[in-house]
Amino acid sequence: MGYCPNTPDDIRDMLAAIGAASVEELFAPIPAELRAKSFNLPPGMSELELLRLMREKAASCGADITPFIGGGIYDHFIPAAVDHLASRAEFYTAYTPYQPECAQGTLQALYEYQTTICRLTGMEASNASLYDGGTAVAEAALMSLRITDRHKVILDGSVNPLHRGIVTGYLHGLSAQAVHVAPDGCASDLARLMSSIDDETAAVIVQSPNFFGSVQDFRELAQKAHDHEALLIVSCYPIAMGLVASPGEMGADIAVGEGQSLGNHLSFGGPYFGFIATRKRFIRNLPGRIVGETIDHQGRRGFVLTLQAREQHIKRHKATSNICSNQSLCALRGLIFCASLGRKGFEELAQLNYDKAQYAKSVLAAVRGVDLLNSGATFNEFTLVLPKDAAEVVQRLLDKGMAAGVPLGQYYPGMERALVVTVTEKRTKDEIDRLAALLEEVLWS
Amino acid sequence: MAKFYTKEHEWVEMAGAQATVGISEHAAHELGDITYVELPKIGKSVKQFDALAAIESVKAASDIYAPVSGKVAEVNQALNDAPELVNQGAESQGWICKLDGVNEAELGALMDAAAYDVYLKGL
Amino acid sequence: MELIFEKSVSGRTGVRVPLSDVPKAASLPEAVRRQEPVRLPEVGELDLVRHYTNLSRRNFSVDTNFYPLGSCTMKYNTKVTENAGGLFASCHPMLALLPGGDSLVQGPLSIVYELERQLAEITGMEEVTTQPLAGAHGEMTGIMVIAAYHKARGDEKRKYVIVPDSSHGTNPASAAMAGYEIVTVPTAPYGDMDLDLFRQAMNDEVAAVMLTCPNTLGLFNPHIAEICAIAHQGGALTYYDGANLNAILGKVRPGDVGFDVIHVNLHKTFGTPHGGGGPGSGPIGVRGDLVRFLPTPRVVRRVDGSYAVEDHPEGIGRVSDFFGNFAIMARAYAYITMLGREGLIEVSEQAVLNANYIMARLKEEYELPFDQTCMHECVFSASRQVQNGVHAIDVAKYLIDRGFHPPTVYFPLNVKEAIMIEPTETESKQTMDAFIEVMLEAAQLAKEDPERLHEAPVTTPVGRLDETRAARMQQVCCE
Ligand SMILES: Cc1ncc(COP(=O)(O)O)c(C=O)c1O
Repeated sequence: MGYCPNTPDDIRDMLAAIGAASVEELFAPIPAELRAKSFNLPPGMSELELLRLMREKAASCGADITPFIGGGIYDHFIPAAVDHLASRAEFYTAYTPYQPECAQGTLQALYEYQTTICRLTGMEASNASLYDGGTAVAEAALMSLRITDRHKVILDGSVNPLHRGIVTGYLHGLSAQAVHVAPDGCASDLARLMSSIDDETAAVIVQSPNFFGSVQDFRELAQKAHDHEALLIVSCYPIAMGLVASPGEMGADIAVGEGQSLGNHLSFGGPYFGFIATRKRFIRNLPGRIVGETIDHQGRRGFVLTLQAREQHIKRHKATSNICSNQSLCALRGLIFCASLGRKGFEELAQLNYDKAQYAKSVLAAVRGVDLLNSGATFNEFTLVLPKDAAEVVQRLLDKGMAAGVPLGQYYPGMERALVVTVTEKRTKDEIDRLAALLEEVLWS
Repeated sequence: MAKFYTKEHEWVEMAGAQATVGISEHAAHELGDITYVELPKIGKSVKQFDALAAIESVKAASDIYAPVSGKVAEVNQALNDAPELVNQGAESQGWICKLDGVNEAELGALMDAAAYDVYLKGL
Repeated sequence: MELIFEKSVSGRTGVRVPLSDVPKAASLPEAVRRQEPVRLPEVGELDLVRHYTNLSRRNFSVDTNFYPLGSCTMKYNTKVTENAGGLFASCHPMLALLPGGDSLVQGPLSIVYELERQLAEITGMEEVTTQPLAGAHGEMTGIMVIAAYHKARGDEKRKYVIVPDSSHGTNPASAAMAGYEIVTVPTAPYGDMDLDLFRQAMNDEVAAVMLTCPNTLGLFNPHIAEICAIAHQGGALTYYDGANLNAILGKVRPGDVGFDVIHVNLHKTFGTPHGGGGPGSGPIGVRGDLVRFLPTPRVVRRVDGSYAVEDHPEGIGRVSDFFGNFAIMARAYAYITMLGREGLIEVSEQAVLNANYIMARLKEEYELPFDQTCMHECVFSASRQVQNGVHAIDVAKYLIDRGFHPPTVYFPLNVKEAIMIEPTETESKQTMDAFIEVMLEAAQLAKEDPERLHEAPVTTPVGRLDETRAARMQQVCCE
């Protein structure tokens, strides 16, 4: 039942070797008064019954809905090789590579992953993954506190609101101050962000593209932050990096983001992975595992976990983070995804997302009463203003099989009529045209 | 001038009112191959036995405490690129920093070389 | 082996990107455009498949090798739960947060809800949240809940968290991240946190005490109820690190004993794959009056039997974007459902039997610092072998040559030269016997031919690697 292979004979022999009369005797160290008062679970079932149950649950999973939603998590195509290679049991059923000689597969893959993240973000040093995008932004904020020895973080309001919630929670515990700067329409309010930076500021956190889909140039902001010896943290959407200026190009000190869109299934919220990369001089402040290159006694190249003295198993409460298990397998998927597309394919994919979103933008903004709210460039998301409450419109479109976008009212009071629409390469022209037609219908009939 | 040691295995040597500080040969040996020394900021003031710097090897990390109170006047910049100097000579070229404004009376709370030897034998 | 980047040939393409069915758009403005394409490798699909297939073969894994890595519960993960977890791959989590969207994702919401109920029953807690993404994340979430509890009572003076010195490094690290200072209590000669020293450490500034039980020495602490009582008397709450729950399923429920908060590691106890380091999943359970502090949102069951996503306004906020590492949770749910009550009890009984068997067979040759009945793992010390210049790491490397993944040897820090062995319930006596033989062989070699152990491993693609060089060079990506 519990996949325990030992036969009654095995068990008898083992008990004899131990010198115990019964298995129950081995639980003697647990005093009677500490024993479980209840363990009320149903009896088990066979594989067949289990799959029947699980398939039933998977049947009501929103599979027939066409998703024009994002909000940090994106419906992208995943090359078949990703599933096949990442499912290799040797990757899948190993654990943290503490013993490097029998874990070169994982270690080299993570080294390649780190390289990939550095190249995507324009940075010099990446760790081997964090939990997800939100905790990655939070870890970057904590990292900036350590580097600058300051206590104030400026948080741009156009950063994903779910992520901002997580950052605020992490900072709250440490009595660090989070200063929120509201966006200006769909853009970061650069003037206010810059005037908020002072000599107490550890970092400014922005996102590119931001939650409204807008893409902005942060070079001046970086300069201003550096003038005050503060850091610029940019959270970025990795698929956009095929086309949009990277955090590194814009002068960021730490780049983070949600890695899901790199080859990880939607899976109702996880597992995904967070990435974090920085300048080489800040490497000792990175949280989590890092893989480094070295050699063995014969001079052969190999890879090991390195700079472990930052981590909880050595530094305990002084560690740069509490993270232990990370999201290695999801990071491996990200690596294989990038490698299968390659230099050219990755750029083409980004271009395709951009082209489709630009097309959708023109079609949807042409619907009667609908306006585009972004004033500048966008990547594969944009914000519409509807003539009606967006939450109601979304709900009615859901009934017609369309997830039209994320209504902004619940995250930005006052923006009840705004809707963020996401268009990945998987959405067809027909689906986009259909969304426009249904939107027109829901608004006006 | 004589060297004095702490129970936490730092050493200090006075020259006038300036003290040179490092970790003992014993500590360096225990840590193994040093991979990093986090040097204090110049100008930082410390009290006796406060955390002053930190040192790391592959599998360990530990704080270095100030053997005497003072203000950091100079740090051993060479350790930034060559932390192995601590292994090569923890009580010579592997010194960590120099402290100004030291009160020699505080040395009374420390061990001299002979006492430190006895202390090590008892560990 | 070459890096994938070193196999790159300029102009070679891999997977084809979907064709476009829309007009090409005007390009992005210069100021926000990327200047150079991302330098990703240019390889064909076969190059890619060979590269990663061959890389994978440089790993030991549960499916290929016995992997008794202590404290990590490297049990076999059933294939049917893999299939079950994969059924939700195309479900977008944002659907659940859209107005009216929860009605579209009743299947996955029911799994979140039911898994939380299962874990509440297994741990004896009132409510559970699956939001934390790993054990350490659960610890931090739990300590944040405890902080919110004290704060809601206006009790703001508490600034310490007590941990035993044998605790896993994540415990003090998590409490520190939640803003607490750490007080460490040493282990007594009997192998558990020293009760007298704990009493002395308790005062009205202590917010919580974190215990791991069975602890990282594999020992069950019979004083946990007393520790809870002492903590509660002082106004502190008690945190149970449930990473080692595999030993006590159906035997002990931390909630019954008086613990206030617990995290469990689904990737250990509940049979989900470890993925070369993760993903994990670290749900936490709490007692009744802490429920209101759990993170938002909550999945609830309406009277009509349907499931809904509700805000949890008094809670500590979000600790992750959605409902946790769902596909891992779905596997754990499938595992618990498939094994059922009797299956889970059998898991713990066989895990404890296996660990005691290995302990009994090896204690002649290896020093056993705490010689008592163990739970799911046993901890030896290589102290006898050290006399011949052989360290725990040498034994570990020799095991690799003989096809076994080594036990945990860098932890717990309070046992010198620790060898921490956790066989789990899914291993047969025959596999363990083969492992025991090699361990005894290593002990013999330590006496007769220590060089053999120092040279190990010799069968792997690389020999022992220079970790000092890695730490000094800091080469963490290729140019
Ligand atoms: C006793 C104990 N507590 C906590 C943890 C942390 O769990 P995770 O790695 O999932 O963060 C572990 C795992 O390594 C553990 O063994």
